[in-house]
Amino acid sequence: MLRHIRIVLASIFFIAITLLFLDLTGVMHLWFGWMAKVQFLPAVFAANFAVVAGLVLLTLIFGRVYCSVICPMGVFQDIVSRLRVTRDRRRKNHKHFAFSGEKRIVRYGVLILFISALLIGFHAFVAILAPYSSYGRIAQNLFAPIVQGINNLFAIIAERAGSYAFYTRDVWIHSLPTLIIAAITFVVVVILAWKGGRTYCNTICPVGTVLGLLSRFSLFRPVIDREACKNCRVCEHNCKASCIDISTHSIDASRCVSCFDCIDNCKFSALKYRFAYGRKDAASEALGQSPGMTGESSDTSRRAFLIGAAALATTAVAKAQQKKVDGGYAAVMDKKVPHRDIPVTPFGSRSVKDFYNRCTACQLCVATCPNGVLRPSTDFDRLMQPEMSYERGYCRPECTKCSEVCPAGAILPITPEEKTSYKVGLARVDRDLCVVETKGVSCGNCARRCPVGAIRMVLKDPSDPKSLRIPTVIETRCIGCGACENLCPSRPISAITVNGRENHIEKLF
Amino acid sequence: MDRRQFIKTTGAGALTAAAVAAGCAPRRDDNKSGNTPSGMPYRVNPNNGDRVSLLGYGCMRWPMIKDASGADIIDQNVVDELVEHAMANGVNYYDTSPAYLQGQSERAAGLALKRYPRDSYYIATKLSNFGNFSPEASLRMYRDSFEQMYTDYFDYYLLHSIGGGGWEQFKRRYLDNGMVDFLKKEKEAGRIRQLGFSFHGNQQAFDDFIAMHDRGEIHWDFVQIQMNYIDWTHADGVRNVNAEYLYKQLDDREIPITIMEPLQGGRLANVPANVATRFKEREPDKSIASWAFRFVGTYPRVLTILSGMTDMAPLKDNLDTFLDFKPLNEEELEFMEEMAVMMKEYPMVNCNDCNYCMPCPWGIDIPGIFRHYNKMITDGTFAQSSEQKEYARLRRAYLVSYDRAIPTVRQAAHCISCGECLSHCPQSIAIPKELNRINRYVEKLKRDTL
Repeated sequence: MLRHIRIVLASIFFIAITLLFLDLTGVMHLWFGWMAKVQFLPAVFAANFAVVAGLVLLTLIFGRVYCSVICPMGVFQDIVSRLRVTRDRRRKNHKHFAFSGEKRIVRYGVLILFISALLIGFHAFVAILAPYSSYGRIAQNLFAPIVQGINNLFAIIAERAGSYAFYTRDVWIHSLPTLIIAAITFVVVVILAWKGGRTYCNTICPVGTVLGLLSRFSLFRPVIDREACKNCRVCEHNCKASCIDISTHSIDASRCVSCFDCIDNCKFSALKYRFAYGRKDAASEALGQSPGMTGESSDTSRRAFLIGAAALATTAVAKAQQKKVDGGYAAVMDKKVPHRDIPVTPFGSRSVKDFYNRCTACQLCVATCPNGVLRPSTDFDRLMQPEMSYERGYCRPECTKCSEVCPAGAILPITPEEKTSYKVGLARVDRDLCVVETKGVSCGNCARRCPVGAIRMVLKDPSDPKSLRIPTVIETRCIGCGACENLCPSRPISAITVNGRENHIEKLF
Repeated sequence: MDRRQFIKTTGAGALTAAAVAAGCAPRRDDNKSGNTPSGMPYRVNPNNGDRVSLLGYGCMRWPMIKDASGADIIDQNVVDELVEHAMANGVNYYDTSPAYLQGQSERAAGLALKRYPRDSYYIATKLSNFGNFSPEASLRMYRDSFEQMYTDYFDYYLLHSIGGGGWEQFKRRYLDNGMVDFLKKEKEAGRIRQLGFSFHGNQQAFDDFIAMHDRGEIHWDFVQIQMNYIDWTHADGVRNVNAEYLYKQLDDREIPITIMEPLQGGRLANVPANVATRFKEREPDKSIASWAFRFVGTYPRVLTILSGMTDMAPLKDNLDTFLDFKPLNEEELEFMEEMAVMMKEYPMVNCNDCNYCMPCPWGIDIPGIFRHYNKMITDGTFAQSSEQKEYARLRRAYLVSYDRAIPTVRQAAHCISCGECLSHCPQSIAIPKELNRINRYVEKLKRDTL
């Protein structure tokens, strides 16, 4: 019964959170957006005390149900190990898992490294280990393109049928390093889950370790009734957390994710999910630990994973492929990313520093951005954390999608009206590239399209009232949305480009 | 016996007569011609007795496909079929230009037509020296047309689209480089049978060209004008002159008139729903386009009406109209004027999709943007206010179809208003201004502030 409740709830969370990343309609976050906001690490980064306290309390009372219900990475591993169990059963193999000792050095070692990385601002390392964000990257980089591809098939059909229900989405690699890291994470997690169930959660995941510290003392937990137990070890062989040791009749509560599989599997009702502090003997049994420091295989794979990811972080970025165009039209070169001294971060982020301190690189904003502006950074010190760039579009005045979805409080919720009070960047003109100078034509597209009127066209030669006009930027007005950069006819590098501003909410006077 | 004399004496259908005279009938189904109540009407050119089919084939809109390298090429197989069907039904006037369809139209028409005896059809082509006015370039263009079309004479030869830029521009394109004198000599030599011009511009320019004729400096054998029930008395602004005026001037001088844009590039075939209803109430089984053709054909000085039929459907529809041609009566002409007034109330762009403005140096798909905008208005999928019923659906329809029709980088937001296109537009559309207008509309839809 408990197991079935857990499976239903976990399915709801998993499907809804996955849909947040695959959402093509933009309505999913209205219903399920809160599911991202109750994720542990983002809530910590968002200083969302209510959620953090709620999750701590939940764990202290019921154990790590967070890991088996709320965390999409946890549920994803359950799906993988479930496939493995199904295969085993078909092969009449019923020894799916076996007890193994807690790998304490690895667990706490990773946690210490994680906290250190947090403190020194090594965001990429934090992001790689953040479980929900890891899953987000997998969904955004690996699942979303498939869904978009299917959508585009529907779009072709819809177009033929004269329907506007579907329209084509650009499928593009937002950032190659992030894609590769997501792919490696996917492969590593699938292998670990296939072989050992919750190995990742119980040896690498820092959230798992922290919640494990709490669940050692949880009020309710599965407890083995020694009298009723017939030592058949069905529970042990079905425990994906490998935390049931029938030889000592103990369950390692720090690693138990409260999946209730053991309770359902026991034919003798020897396992009960109950208040653990009632009867002295049962409690002591439940609290019993059997430390063991072997676990060579998972340790090496973890190391391989981290080394691989770090190596990839330093590899060069693949430049966007230039596209071929029709003969009937003048060729339009693809735009290239200009150099920005300071990265541009979304409207709603308080400052560049604050944004990168809070962001867990879950890619929800990247997946949501309808204008092709947000993409994961390729810079080593903020690898996978998003930044803005305007080759495919610009940050449109009416759009506040990223601010609505951010679970980590890196992007505060804003309204379109509030948007113009943020100044995330400042445009600057490179006269050497401006077509007014290079081609001698009249232009002014940047000034015409600027949503805040921050660009003034001035006479190239002030002494000649008939001379062409070139753009200048009124610094106090520019908000950094990138309309000018995106719509500048100079290609591949725009003659007007946006540089980030450190602080986004500034009092000018 | 000379073909023209033969036609005069027999009075039989031009195509049949020509085929018989030439002694080799083109391969066709005999049932196709002459099985309609009256058959293709022919108008006689008073200058030389040419019997010209009232429906002429405009070769500016042949179907295009992509070749292996991705370049646009004309779909010659379809062109061959279209010409075959047109010839079989008596269409004997084919109008092209060296500039059409990225310079491929003449060759395509030439290939399709050379399967028939040369005297079974009339070729009209033009001196389209828009870019380079030098005598060498103009002569090269003229001579090349013969090769492209596999012929050693042109039945109708036009100074292409004069009027834009007024007399000054005309002087540069045709007088200073000696081309008018040269073409007059070519006519004497028989390589040009009829010399005329096609006109887009204001009244002053037209009067100047007609004055040349009146002074005897040149004899305009024919003139090609834009005429349809809108442009008859509702031509756009001061830059384009009403067809009614042009027609009267030419009629007074007994100059035969060939007609272009009878459908305004197809816009008069697909009209807003309330206008369409009015047409359908009168003639439920006739196409909307048939009214536009009947309007033009009602005027007797019209020699032929050009229609750029891209595929079989419009060709067949037009044949339905012309093979049983019924001119409009007084009452119907008044009705057409009423429809014209109704049409003018829609904020459409006056673009006939001729592509003269292309390629835009900045990659903007100018005719595509206008085509899409006009289509949304005509189809009634055009949001005018956020208060409107079904606003959300209309908004989505516009934005989704805009992205489908035009790649983002070729949309109106990227127009820098350099004005390069302005001099190319025969309709004198203020292209950058209109693109900006459409972009402002799109911005309002996107920001939901309509």
